[in-house]
Amino acid sequence: MSVPLSHILIVASLMFAMGLGCVVAWRANVIMMLIGIEIMLNAVMLTFVGGSAHWGIADGQLFSLMLMALTSAEVSLALAMVVYLHRRKQTVNTDRFDSMKG
Amino acid sequence: MEAIIFYILAAILLIGTLCAITARQAVRAIVYLVVSFFALALMFYLLGAPLIAAFEVIIYAGAIMVLFLFVIMMLELESPEKLPKPRLSDWWPALALVVVVVGALAVLLLSHVRAVPPGFTDIPVRQFAYTLFKQYGVAVEIVSMQLLFALVGALYLGRRK
Repeated sequence: MSVPLSHILIVASLMFAMGLGCVVAWRANVIMMLIGIEIMLNAVMLTFVGGSAHWGIADGQLFSLMLMALTSAEVSLALAMVVYLHRRKQTVNTDRFDSMKG
Repeated sequence: MEAIIFYILAAILLIGTLCAITARQAVRAIVYLVVSFFALALMFYLLGAPLIAAFEVIIYAGAIMVLFLFVIMMLELESPEKLPKPRLSDWWPALALVVVVVGALAVLLLSHVRAVPPGFTDIPVRQFAYTLFKQYGVAVEIVSMQLLFALVGALYLGRRK
């Protein structure tokens, strides 16, 4: 394939910027913040796979596989926490989670 | 030919992500994101990573996004219009961050860095598996332990009193 590596990096960084913007703009909604984190992690995976294809070493692909495992663990825990918080306060609005219980 | 497909896929990816982060409801955002992840999986396939492409479709689009959908529908977010939408003032810091990233990209592209020659090499699955289990066997063990911990933590958080 005759696409230079820089174009892949441009696509990945634009996607990363969009995920960052999603996390910052939707900071009142827990689920949309998690979606933004997913977008950012996928941009990083694109960078890893592009570098791996460019240099012909399998390590980048391997790290994106590890990243997928880490992400599935993170999402399962975070969504369990969302369910727990929703059971306590009946909302996913982060502004309502403002008290701690000792 | 492959380059044309790559640019079409990149356009689908970026437009799908843009639609996802500006969607009004979380379910629509998930569906847009599934579309963009399919495009991303095809890009991985073009980059010579068929295994990662398959995992992207199976794990990301198939499992993680469906888990999001499942939780959103299980929570019964009654009257989703009561959820706070990001106001215009909320978008300003996000836009500032995006402008910073794009500006850094533009500076990098305009400065004449050493051009790397284009061209990609396919990595066969044999080499992938060899590296995974020969060199990084410890990492596989650690990741499996971490998945176990995540399972235990999710069970603990999800139990009913």
